[in-house]
Amino acid sequence: MAVADHSHDHHDDHHDHGEFIAHHFDSPEQQFDSGKLGIWLFLVTEVLFFSGLFVAYTLYRNHHPEIFDQAHVYLNKYLGGLNTIVLLFSSLTMALGVRSAQLGKNKSCGIYVLITMVCASMFLGVKAVEYSHKWDMGILVRSAFDFTYTHPDQTIISGLSNYLVYLSVIPLLLLVGFIITSVVFRLIDKAVWSKFWMGMAITVGGYFLGVVIGYLFMAAKIGEAKHAYIEPVRPIALYAMTQDTDHAKEDHAKSDHVKGDGHDKDHDDEHDDEHHDAAHANGEHHDDHGHGEHHGEIPEFDRNVGTFFSIYYCMTGLHAIHIIAGIIALGWLYFRCLNNHWRSDYFGPVDYVGLYWHLVDLIWIYLFPLLYLID
Amino acid sequence: MADHHDDLPKFCHPVPTKLLFGVFFALIFLTILTVVVSALAGSMGIPSAFMFPIAMTLATAKAFLVCAFFMHMWWDKSFNVIAFLSSLLFVSLFICMTLMDTGHYQSTIESYDVNQMPGVAELESEPAE
Amino acid sequence: MVDSSARKALFDTPETHFLNCTKGWKSWAFTLDHKRIGIMYLIGVTIALLLAGTFALVLRTHLWAFDGALPMSDDMYNQMFTLHGAVMVFSFIIPSVPAALGNIVLPMMLGAKDVAFPRMNLASFYLWIIGTGMLLAAILSGYGLDTGWTFYTPYSIETQTGVIWATFGAFVLGFSSIFTGLNFLVTVNTMRSKGQGWFQLPLFIWSLYATAIIQVLATPVLGITLLMLIAEKTMHIGIFDPKYGGDPVLFQHFFWFYSHPAVYIMILPAMGVISELISVYSQKRIFGYSFIAFSSVAIALLGFLVWGHHMFTSGQSQVVTLIFSAITFTVAIPSAVKVFNWLATLYKGSILLNTPMCFALSFIFLFGIGGLTGLFLGALSTDIHLHDTYFVVAHFHFVMVGGTLTALLGGVFHWWPKVWGRMYNDFLGRVSCFMVFAGFNLTFFPQFVMGSRGMPRRYASYDPEFLAFHQLSTIGAFVLGWGIVLAVGVLIYAAIKGPRCGANPFKAASLEWQSSSPPDFHNFVHNPLLNDPYDFDAMVFDEELGTYISREFADPSKVPPRKEPVHH
Ligand SMILES: [Cu+2]
Repeated sequence: MAVADHSHDHHDDHHDHGEFIAHHFDSPEQQFDSGKLGIWLFLVTEVLFFSGLFVAYTLYRNHHPEIFDQAHVYLNKYLGGLNTIVLLFSSLTMALGVRSAQLGKNKSCGIYVLITMVCASMFLGVKAVEYSHKWDMGILVRSAFDFTYTHPDQTIISGLSNYLVYLSVIPLLLLVGFIITSVVFRLIDKAVWSKFWMGMAITVGGYFLGVVIGYLFMAAKIGEAKHAYIEPVRPIALYAMTQDTDHAKEDHAKSDHVKGDGHDKDHDDEHDDEHHDAAHANGEHHDDHGHGEHHGEIPEFDRNVGTFFSIYYCMTGLHAIHIIAGIIALGWLYFRCLNNHWRSDYFGPVDYVGLYWHLVDLIWIYLFPLLYLID
Repeated sequence: MADHHDDLPKFCHPVPTKLLFGVFFALIFLTILTVVVSALAGSMGIPSAFMFPIAMTLATAKAFLVCAFFMHMWWDKSFNVIAFLSSLLFVSLFICMTLMDTGHYQSTIESYDVNQMPGVAELESEPAE
Repeated sequence: MVDSSARKALFDTPETHFLNCTKGWKSWAFTLDHKRIGIMYLIGVTIALLLAGTFALVLRTHLWAFDGALPMSDDMYNQMFTLHGAVMVFSFIIPSVPAALGNIVLPMMLGAKDVAFPRMNLASFYLWIIGTGMLLAAILSGYGLDTGWTFYTPYSIETQTGVIWATFGAFVLGFSSIFTGLNFLVTVNTMRSKGQGWFQLPLFIWSLYATAIIQVLATPVLGITLLMLIAEKTMHIGIFDPKYGGDPVLFQHFFWFYSHPAVYIMILPAMGVISELISVYSQKRIFGYSFIAFSSVAIALLGFLVWGHHMFTSGQSQVVTLIFSAITFTVAIPSAVKVFNWLATLYKGSILLNTPMCFALSFIFLFGIGGLTGLFLGALSTDIHLHDTYFVVAHFHFVMVGGTLTALLGGVFHWWPKVWGRMYNDFLGRVSCFMVFAGFNLTFFPQFVMGSRGMPRRYASYDPEFLAFHQLSTIGAFVLGWGIVLAVGVLIYAAIKGPRCGANPFKAASLEWQSSSPPDFHNFVHNPLLNDPYDFDAMVFDEELGTYISREFADPSKVPPRKEPVHH
């Protein structure tokens, strides 16, 4: 008779399963299966979330292949390939981390998770180098697209980009903050917290490692290029004031403004974001548009190429946001590793975050050939 | 096959380290292959029409490796696998229908004079100086 | 064997139940209990309904005169109907049945203690609050919103009104919906009680499951669409904006890839409620169980193949238009399967015409009209004529209000005694049902006529020819509005002052009725006895408790013999 085992406290007999079984589950297996199905369904939503951008990509590539042919040469295959390998490696360490958690080895799981996080922020570092380089060249989204050179070999700009410096401000602050926090926790004898924040500091360090490696790659490319256009190192703050120097005028000689579109931002403060500054930083004058005076002998550059970069920024930007979210989730795992939470009947969260992480990797596996390797 | 540990609960399948490393090196190999093929396509005489299918095939091979072994799909419940893969069905539906439609009306868009749009006309008519 | 005191402990209203087991506002704000979250959701969607309903009444009042009865500019009219639509769709209808009723009922129907991810469930509710707040912030920002709830490009890119606020609000509400759907899918998959097979689930679960499939598969596309719209508006990325070489019709593809399936997020759970009500109040096994169950799933999947029927006149190509039109007609099949099965269930049943049943019967009538007029709009030639007229407005209001709102009210009346342990005034309930039904028909039936004669939607003024129809419609809207207010009043009074009712006043057989009313915090103090949810003969009246209980729990000496052999 079903009523025989009525009791208010029949959830109490779960105590032998450990403290991590939620009250509404009957067994660790039920909890694990629920979480696993839940994360798979979440990945389904992620796939469909990205699908919108893949649709945009497919349509524009099919209907305007010429844009993609012109545009992709401005993406650096080698940086993209480097990032692919970094992400694949992070997937490996993540999978190893899951294995360790399954075997209850919290310490090695922590190390693997930490390596995964470092790779993740290294990926972001390389991405920051790529982004800032493009912004320097005026390669922006469609409306602000201001690219003025026609051959990729001429586009190399060495030296420290302003944008890279801006992008690195937050990681730098985080790095300092994490180290200080870690030291403070060490001083008040909270070893686990201290370790955790040190781990986070190491993670942010990965970003700077990525920046350095990305830069070295770029430098190697500059060495290869024979007719490289090389700009001097820019002072960070003063650059904007010097944009009207003779040197900037030289830029103008190469510039080519075919249409006046993309510049209603001049009339609309709401759109007056960093792209505007970007254009100025490159020594552009919006007032000049629509005139052929700077055409020179360089052929017209299709402004529609900006659409490719719109899609590029949307896709890689959304992907980068997922990487950041992944780092936060991994940080949580790391903290729990340090607290020895995992055991072979409770490792679900590692598995779930792992699946998410692999999905981020999967998306990149497709983005890389789609964006960087068009021929 | 996953390791067999009798003391582990049955939902816990640790994947052997060797397999994980093997998958990783296969992935690296495929990545390099993709880049090399793309860089040398011209000199190897591969028609450019084949490049896209080749790149996608290699990417899908990588995706398979990641899904099957890193994501444990190989050992997972078939319901989870089907749930995940079904998302691809809907993505392809989305892509196919929009592609078909936009393909049909593309000529209308191209024959349309953007400069006639009210907003653009205003911009153009403003004094340039 | 259960003795009388044990029965009392199980089925009488307990001293402590989920409503009073913890106290204070924090015990509600941070609760992980699905029943409490469901109640908070119910309160939330009711507020959204009353708010957006008020907007509707303002619109209808303005249309009392053909040149506008209220001192309201045309722009304000645009903003009013946009907010009416956006709040009704995103904040009210989509979460109404699944997140409010489903949350309360679904785990109990499975004999589970809670949904699989209670924290995610609570997060879903807070996302709902944030999203709704942002939608409304579009008004408070002083700019309003005048794009219509569809945010069509290129107008939404150009207008200076609060599109970014509103789209971000809708984005957040989308995630709230995904969380609910994901939770339900997992809960149904992994948390059914032992031995409860898929075909022993009540049909409400099937419909919620089908809904959840759509929520998980379609809503992310809305998310990315709205993000891309925001990017387009702030940075002009040139994907949707024709000024920069973009394709505005593409936005419509993106939008309707979500929003057509979303129509089934709105109606499928309502159909599930009706399946329960029709069966319980006919005291007859549901006719064609597996047909109804699979038709839910079929509707969910077919719903993904028809989005282009919203774009027949938008510049969509002819081939695609034909395909979408043809597939649209197939959706009628599973919908009709449901309606015929409900009618067959009613046949020779012992029908109890109480409030929930009245709502259920009006649902069948109104949904029938709403569904059939959908075929007019799915047919290409008639749609060209009817597109963007009041005919469309009337059609989707018949489905959304006549369908979903009616089912929601019916479902709330049905499960209200379970939640509060108190009974409502059935006479006043039926009066409210009559007002809703009559007011609704008076509002929207004239709109079919106007629409077929060419009255365009979204206009603040109209040709005097339509005056009488518009005035009828306005009168109807007020009757409908007061009907809803009366229903809400009856329910609130019942929750506070209604007479105590037993565990199962309606002789329903699904698992949630095996708990006490209100239920325990853990839903059941015993392991519920697994039985067929449509085997009403399994329930017998217990004089001592004054309510229906399972035969197995009842005093064997008083159990009457079964009318029919046990169904396997
Ligand atoms: Cu539709």
